[in-house]
Amino acid sequence: MIKEKMATREGYGQALAALGEKYDFVVLDADLAAATKTGVFKKKFPDRFFDCGIAEGNMMSVAAGIAATGKIPFVSSFAMFAAGRAFEQVRNSVGYPHLNVKIGATHAGITVGEDGATHQCNEDIALMRTIPGMVILNPADANEAYMAVEAAIKHDGPVYMRFGRYAVPCVTDIEGYQLEIGKGIVLADGTDVTLIASGFTVHLALEARNILAEQGVSARVVNIHTVKPLDTELVIKCAKETGAIVTAEEHSIIGGLGSAVAEALTENCPVPMKRVGVEDTYGRSGTVPALLEAYGLTAKNIADKALSAIKMK
Amino acid sequence: MEQSKRQMLEKIANDIRIGIIESVYSAGCGHPGGSLSIADIMTYLYFEEMRVDPQNPKWEKRDRFVLSKGHTAPALYATLAERGFIPKEDLKTLRKIDSYLQGHPDMKHTPGVDMSSGSLGLGISSACGMALSAKISGEDFRVYTIIGDGESEEGQVWEAAMFASHYKLDNLVVILDLNGLQIDGTIYDVMNPTPHDKKFEAFGFNVITIDAHNFDEIEGALKAARECKGKPTAIIAKSVKGKGVSYMENKVEWHGAAPKEEQYKIAIAELTANK
Repeated sequence: MIKEKMATREGYGQALAALGEKYDFVVLDADLAAATKTGVFKKKFPDRFFDCGIAEGNMMSVAAGIAATGKIPFVSSFAMFAAGRAFEQVRNSVGYPHLNVKIGATHAGITVGEDGATHQCNEDIALMRTIPGMVILNPADANEAYMAVEAAIKHDGPVYMRFGRYAVPCVTDIEGYQLEIGKGIVLADGTDVTLIASGFTVHLALEARNILAEQGVSARVVNIHTVKPLDTELVIKCAKETGAIVTAEEHSIIGGLGSAVAEALTENCPVPMKRVGVEDTYGRSGTVPALLEAYGLTAKNIADKALSAIKMK
Repeated sequence: MEQSKRQMLEKIANDIRIGIIESVYSAGCGHPGGSLSIADIMTYLYFEEMRVDPQNPKWEKRDRFVLSKGHTAPALYATLAERGFIPKEDLKTLRKIDSYLQGHPDMKHTPGVDMSSGSLGLGISSACGMALSAKISGEDFRVYTIIGDGESEEGQVWEAAMFASHYKLDNLVVILDLNGLQIDGTIYDVMNPTPHDKKFEAFGFNVITIDAHNFDEIEGALKAARECKGKPTAIIAKSVKGKGVSYMENKVEWHGAAPKEEQYKIAIAELTANK
C-alpha cells in the first residue's frame, strides 16, 4: 500500500514495475517515459519497453496491433496526446475492435501547472466516455492508481486510466479497500447532500465535508474511481437518500463526471445538483495551488456549491 | 513461374474480380476501382505467400494481413470467400444491415480479417504492432499490409514507416497500391505523395517496384522481402485502378461507385470471357 502523499503517475509507474513481475505485458511511450513514470518499468524490463517517439497516433494503432496478437500493451503519454491527439486512433484502432489496450494517460487536468493550457487536458474523460466499451478509471491517489493498473490488467478490453503529476494525499488508506471496476465507494456517510468526486478532488470533497459539518450540514462523500461504466445504482441511491448532489472533478464540467452523474440523475431521480470542475474555459500557467484557487477546485467551493444545492431542495 | 501456376493464379484473380463486382453491385455502393487494382496481389498473398488456415482463422501461427486501405474491403472479402474463409454467397450481403461484411473490414465479426481498418493511415501502424509483437515473443509469423497511394498522404503512414525501420521489422511487408487516382483526381493533382520509392528508402526500407498485375514480379518481390534481413520491405506496386473491367480502368469516377444493371452485365461478361 502507498500511504504517502504522492502523484498518481508515481503510483502508475510503481505498479507497472511491480506488476511486471506477475503479469506479462509490454509498455509503449512517446518520448515521455521520465514524466509518465513508465521509465520505472523501462529500467526494470528494458526488453518489454518500446519508445515510439513523438508520434502518438502511430503508437496507439501500434498498440492495437500488439493487442490483436494476444499481448497486453500499456500505452502512455500525456492525457492531451493520448486522448486528444490520438482520439481517432483510440476510437477506430482500439475501441471499435474492442482490443485489450490499456491507456495510461498522465498530466491530466490543470494540475500540470506552469506548462499551461496546451498541456492541461480538461477534455479527456469527455472524449473517452463517448467510445463504446471503454472503461475509464480516474484514481483518487497513488495507492488507488496502483490498484487501477491491476484492475485494468484483469479486465478484458480497452481501459483509459487518468493520472496526474501533482502530489496528492492518500485517501484510500483503509483496511480492506478494494477497487472494483464500476463500483463507487462511500468514503464517509451523510444525510443532507452527497459529494461525488473523482480523481484528486476526492480529498477536497472530504475536506468540504468537514467545512459543512461545522455549519451543521451532513455530507456524504463518494469516490467514483470508475467514471465509465458509472455506478448509476449508487448515484441514484445517494440522490434518494440525501436529496442533493454535488460533483467535483479536475476536468471540464462538460462531458466528464458531472455530465455522467447529471445524465443518470435526470433520467432516473432528478434532484438538485451542482458541478464543480473547470468551467467552459482553458487552463493557464501558474503554480498548482494558485491554479486550483483560480479555477475553483477547492474544498470551500465544493462546500459552497453543496449549500446552494441544498437550498434548491 | 510455371505457366500452369500463373494460369491458376490468373483464374483465381479473375474469380476474385467477379466477387468484387457481384458484391459491390449487390450493395449498390462501395469501392470497386481500388479493389480491382489489388486483386492480383490479394490472390498471390492468400494462395501462395501467406501461412493461413481457413478452417482456423484465429490460428496463432498464421501470417497476418491488414488492409490499411480498408475501403477496398470487397477485394478482401472476395479473396476470403475464394480461399474458403467465408461462404461465397455471403458476398451479396456486403454493406447490408446485419451483414458481417461491413463497408470497411471488421475483425470482430469477419473470419479471416486480422484487423479492423478503413480510417486511412491507421492500418499500417497496426501491422507494425503485429510485426513487433512477433519479434517480442520470437514468433515467425509475417505481416503484410496494403496501403493506398492516396493514403500515403496521411502523416501517420510515415510515422509508421519510421517505426518499422527503427525496430528493424523485417517480418513486415508494406505494399503500396500505386494506381495514381484518389477521390478528387490524380494523386499528382490532389497532393502529390511521390516519389514513394525514394521516400521509403529514406525511411530505411528495402524498396522494390513492380507491376501489380504481373504474378512473376509479385512473386519475385515477396521472395526478396523474405530474404531481406534487418529492415522492412516496401513494394511499390504500379497498378491500374479498375483493372479487368474496361470502362472502369483508370477512371477516377469508379473509386467509390457501384455499377448500374447494364454496367454490371458488361463487367461480368468481360470477366467471364476471361475464364
